[in-house]
Amino acid sequence: MKILVCITHVPDTTSKIQFTADNTKFDTTGVQFIIGPYDDYALARAVELRDQTGGKLTVLNVGGTETEPTLRKALAIGADEAIRVNSFPKDSFFVANQIAHYAKEGSYDLILMGRESIDFNGGMVHGMVGELLGIPSFSPVMKLDVDGNSVTMAREIEGGKETLEASLPLIAGCQEPIAEWKIPNMRGIMSARTKPLNVVEPISEETQAEVTSYELPPAKGAVKLIDKDNVSELVKLLKNEAKVL
Amino acid sequence: MSILVYIEQSEGKVKKTSLEAVSFAEALTSKTNEGEVIALALGSVEDSELALIGIAGASKVLHATDSRLNAGVIQAHASAIAQAFSKIGAKTLVLAKSSLADAVAARLAIKINAGLVSNVIELPNTTSGYKVKRSIFTGKAFAETDLTTDNKILAIKKNSITLKTDGSNAPVEQFEVTLSDDDFASKITATERATGEVLLPEADIVVSGGRGMKGPENWGMLEDLAKTLGAATGCSKPVSDIGWRPHHEHVGQTGVKVAPSLYIAIGISGAIQHLAGVNSSKCIVVINKDPEAPFFKAADYGIVGDAFEVVPKLTEALKAEL
Ligand SMILES: Cc1cc2nc3c(=O)[nH]c(=O)nc-3n(C[C@H](O)[C@H](O)[C@H](O)COP(=O)(O)OP(=O)(O)OC[C@H]3O[C@@H](n4cnc5c(N)ncnc54)[C@H](O)[C@@H]3O)c2cc1C
Ligand SMILES: Nc1ncnc2c1ncn2[C@@H]1O[C@H](COP(=O)(O)O)[C@@H](O)[C@H]1O
Repeated sequence: MKILVCITHVPDTTSKIQFTADNTKFDTTGVQFIIGPYDDYALARAVELRDQTGGKLTVLNVGGTETEPTLRKALAIGADEAIRVNSFPKDSFFVANQIAHYAKEGSYDLILMGRESIDFNGGMVHGMVGELLGIPSFSPVMKLDVDGNSVTMAREIEGGKETLEASLPLIAGCQEPIAEWKIPNMRGIMSARTKPLNVVEPISEETQAEVTSYELPPAKGAVKLIDKDNVSELVKLLKNEAKVL
Repeated sequence: MSILVYIEQSEGKVKKTSLEAVSFAEALTSKTNEGEVIALALGSVEDSELALIGIAGASKVLHATDSRLNAGVIQAHASAIAQAFSKIGAKTLVLAKSSLADAVAARLAIKINAGLVSNVIELPNTTSGYKVKRSIFTGKAFAETDLTTDNKILAIKKNSITLKTDGSNAPVEQFEVTLSDDDFASKITATERATGEVLLPEADIVVSGGRGMKGPENWGMLEDLAKTLGAATGCSKPVSDIGWRPHHEHVGQTGVKVAPSLYIAIGISGAIQHLAGVNSSKCIVVINKDPEAPFFKAADYGIVGDAFEVVPKLTEALKAEL
């Protein structure tokens, strides 16, 4: 089976989010970048499936040279090869076009992505790629098993889950508990250095949306502490001050 | 030009967030003189539920009654919406963000050649261009995005607009959709859903517990509190990881993002990944025995104390007051 996993290169979940003075650019000072947490679940499941059924696992990122350490990490976790589409990811439509193009070229049986990126939280790229390729897309997928050509999935719905049956090829936007995050071991890290990381150029420049400015939420006021022996005071405050009851 | 609104339903009931999307679209038409709001409901929906759509601001409801649309089959829903969009000659589609709506909207964006903005929190500013404010970095920041396409899709974040309650009765028209086998290429073979409970992503009040609750056997206390408030229950990630609570209750960066009026966090430390899922709440109450717990910094009200002592007292006090 040929598997493609699309990964994002995003600020660590503990990062303080800041923008540069004119509020038009994300400030990367002191920020650690990681594989998107949902993409990490997708990658972990893909490694398991590749080990189970054989075949090849490719990871892809649309991004500048700065994302290469993140792609190397994916190789260390177990991907066989990496593709970097050499461009800043301008918007979801732009990214989806790139992924659809290279996915078609590689004719993958299964494409796994994260349920959403944790920077722009769109949750859109998998659906767009699915429509561009004319294959089904599912998200958020919390369980995925492949048996020959048939795929059984569990998709989270509000307040529960549904079980689905479909056939390859398909795309899934993944979330836990699809697999446990994998930490690269020494052997993985060594072998990642020599695995292929191919840089390709974007195929289209078309975009649909452009960020014109960023903004931070207003600072939160100080907490009002209520004595633990006077909880009815809290009830009063919620009713009369916060007006949420 | 009319605006189309996609109505999401569950077991014949219209989702409240979809009604918010209707009110959002109505406010948008008044702002831009864009014509009327036409809503599309898919599958079997009760008449009394369809009536709510007009009250929220729609002037017409299209109803595709094909029962194969009762379940949220992503491809089929996308096809049906695309047909309605072109039939009424809309340029804008508004829907409420949800796991189903996200998946459907993304496919639609390509089908109807529309720019898609998700997590929209305000009416667009159309004085120069079409600028839409959306929440990014899981609620830690906002971005103003200029949408340059002719056709547009806006996915609205919960609680971004006040629900309109003074709309009028909207006529319901049958809408015939043509669906192909391809639309049903995947089969839903089973659905498990907690029934009779308040759904977490929709809830107006959430009572959430963390590892400080010590074990699943102590959740009765939180359920009592939730029941008193008509609230949904949530939890932190470790709590669902160890299996104390089901996965769909896990709130945070990698779980459900909630935006209730009131979020009560009990025995949760307030790790940044948990806060990411609750920072859109209007009011946050924290109960934790450790005065240094980081959650207090994100809270509006706090009680430093043992949950096992404070929570039953709080439930009592609420019962007396409500
Ligand atoms: C990439 C990534 C993503 C993550 N995503 C999420 C996410 O989506 N959601 C999430 O929740 N976490 C997430 N986490 C985990 C997060 O970092 C924390 O580990 C987790 O939120 C801690 O859960 P907790 O507060 O329940 O437990 P703890 O940190 O163990 O805190 C327990 C709290 O209970 C208090 N307590 C103990 N006993 C009592 C008592 N009797 N009465 C009152 N208070 C008491 C303690 O003082 C303490 O503050 C993520 C982590 C990573 C790395
Ligand atoms: N620049 C990118 N490069 C590769 N994959 C991406 C990129 N952006 C998004 N994706 C994939 O699409 C998923 C959904 O992203 P989004 O629609 O931005 O929330 C992510 O979890 C990734 O799997």
